[in-house]
Amino acid sequence: MLKGRMIQGCRAIAETVTLCRPKVISAYPITPQTLIVEELATIVADGGLDTEFINVEGEHSAASLVLGACATGVRVFTATSSQGLLLMGEVVFNIAGMRLPVVMVNANRSVSAPLNIWTDQQDSMIMRDSGWLQFYAENNQEACDLILQAYRIAEDHRVMLPVMVCVDGFVLPHAFEVVDLPSQQEVDAFLPPYKPIYMLDTDNPLTMGAYAEPDKYMEARYMIQHAMEASIPIVEEVAAEFKRRFGRASGGLFDKYKVDDASTVVIAMGSMAGTIKDIVDELRAKGQKIGELRLITYRPLPKEALYETLKNAQNIVVIEKAISLGASAPIATELRSVFHGRPANPKISGFVIGLGGRDVTVDDLKVAIEKGQQKLTDAEFIGLREDLELEGINA
Amino acid sequence: MLKEEVHDKYLDHLLASGHTACPGCGQSLAARLVMRAAGRNVIVVNSTGCLEIFSSKYNESAWEVPWIHSLFENTAAVASGVEAALKATGKLDKVRVIAQGGDGSTFDIGFGAISGMLERGHDILYICYDNEAYMNTGIQRSGSTPYYARTTTSPPGKASLGNLRPKKDLPQIVAAHGIPYVAVASVGYPMDMDRKIRKALSIRGPKYVQIHVPCPLGWGTEPSKTMDYARLAVNTGLYPLYEIENGVTTVQRIPKRVPVEEYMKGQVRFRHLLEGAGRKQEIAEIQTIADRNIEVYDLIST
Repeated sequence: MLKGRMIQGCRAIAETVTLCRPKVISAYPITPQTLIVEELATIVADGGLDTEFINVEGEHSAASLVLGACATGVRVFTATSSQGLLLMGEVVFNIAGMRLPVVMVNANRSVSAPLNIWTDQQDSMIMRDSGWLQFYAENNQEACDLILQAYRIAEDHRVMLPVMVCVDGFVLPHAFEVVDLPSQQEVDAFLPPYKPIYMLDTDNPLTMGAYAEPDKYMEARYMIQHAMEASIPIVEEVAAEFKRRFGRASGGLFDKYKVDDASTVVIAMGSMAGTIKDIVDELRAKGQKIGELRLITYRPLPKEALYETLKNAQNIVVIEKAISLGASAPIATELRSVFHGRPANPKISGFVIGLGGRDVTVDDLKVAIEKGQQKLTDAEFIGLREDLELEGINA
Repeated sequence: MLKEEVHDKYLDHLLASGHTACPGCGQSLAARLVMRAAGRNVIVVNSTGCLEIFSSKYNESAWEVPWIHSLFENTAAVASGVEAALKATGKLDKVRVIAQGGDGSTFDIGFGAISGMLERGHDILYICYDNEAYMNTGIQRSGSTPYYARTTTSPPGKASLGNLRPKKDLPQIVAAHGIPYVAVASVGYPMDMDRKIRKALSIRGPKYVQIHVPCPLGWGTEPSKTMDYARLAVNTGLYPLYEIENGVTTVQRIPKRVPVEEYMKGQVRFRHLLEGAGRKQEIAEIQTIADRNIEVYDLIST
């Protein structure tokens, strides 16, 4: 029997954030994230969390406010989606550059235009180069577990980088699922109070956010890249400790499902991975050697671990909810770079599915898997309507 | 009030010498005096701009107080976070937060964040060093640029006489938020400025002080004449000095009306109005702005 209680995703996320005891929270509404800050506001209004909960005038300020608070030495939280994340973009890069361990939940949503409030992963994909670690949750239990681990990893003095916990909008925060939330004592033992290395302090004045000329800028960027790569074993280490303390495997670099003997491996992130597991079972029953690798940690990209895990596969079918317009499906592109020039040389195909909340159906996923086994694709759109003229406008 | 305020002989060095501001920079002088008035128990949040660039090149910071720079337009929001963190950790009784930037970040790109900071009631002193254009990027027009001034993006030419819009009245817009203290000061009157900074820091809640700071590079003035131009701006009525405390306005009066041409003379940014026969109508329009300030703020003792 499942342990835990039936709870809406947004509430579970808010209760998890509460267990992490952030001292400052900035809030700004945007669908489908809004429910998370609403739940936090309710918890704070009921006296359930001693924090400065601040309603700001936009996402640029939501990110800036937690930047300032984190630089002053306290644990912080904010959440956003889509246009909000894009408006934050400048600050998102700045937070990473200043090595501030901010934790933010992004409820994944498409990017305008056309305006669309439903889920895909285009928004956080745009921020992949910002210097934030990015974790993608499959369900609400994992979303909560990843938030706990995010603070541990971000605040680790070997890392000191921000973490974005990505949850598919509506599919997770609006859904009711059974979630097992730990006790405050358990969380306190796992996540000690934040100890900054540097902070704004009148007793020990220092300059933060100095500008760097060409003789120093590059070293600062290199150090972020170095910390990113160094965080890969720390992500694994924290996931192992989490399992030891809380009794369930959660987080880590990626989740393998029947991958070890598979000749075809499907790769996906987020909530659609569950559907793909059902398809894997169905195709296995028909004799196909197929498995799924669900990427949890997209940044840093665990290149070596991916190579080792996937090197015996013949076909890798990457199914993504994002597209680098004018180029390819982004994860497929990156996976190809992992294999380039190495002994193993699987066929890696990229498929784009479910943009703007289009249903990700079993049939569409099967089409992608079948095509990916037959031919090499860069960014084939799956599930496009056939009753509309799509190429005439510029033809 | 703030500890060590009087006896600390190093207060003049909280913004230390050795930074790379231009000769005659009004902003660097004003910022040093602000820091002297504020003392050591402050955290400074600084916008991108001249002050940030000339004082914070890694690894040669001129700041002897905790100081942070993030971006151009988010200073008020970063400061709000600093203040919130101090509040959450019980340190806000002992430490003041100063947010500061130039007129570009204050009047234009950062104003949304400032309005939010004021409306939320954060205990922060926001200081705008107003040199009336984007000087750090090379003298471009801002919402603070005065009528008919030449900038690189409002150049006079055959079809234009420079900046064709009057300066935005930001102190009154700020005052409309109903905050406890708004003041306009000038680096030309350092004692008045010092008093206003100290008063602002003695008041809890959001405060706004706007300081007029001539920019020799941007205005095309002699570096040795920075104080003179700052005083002329006040004494013509073009830059009225006043405070609004809990809604009550007090003005710093001027002895007599100085014609605006006295202020415009010697400034390259107004040269196109004074060359040859001179642009009498446009000068008269600028005089009208000064006259209206003198009337509205009752600047001349009678």
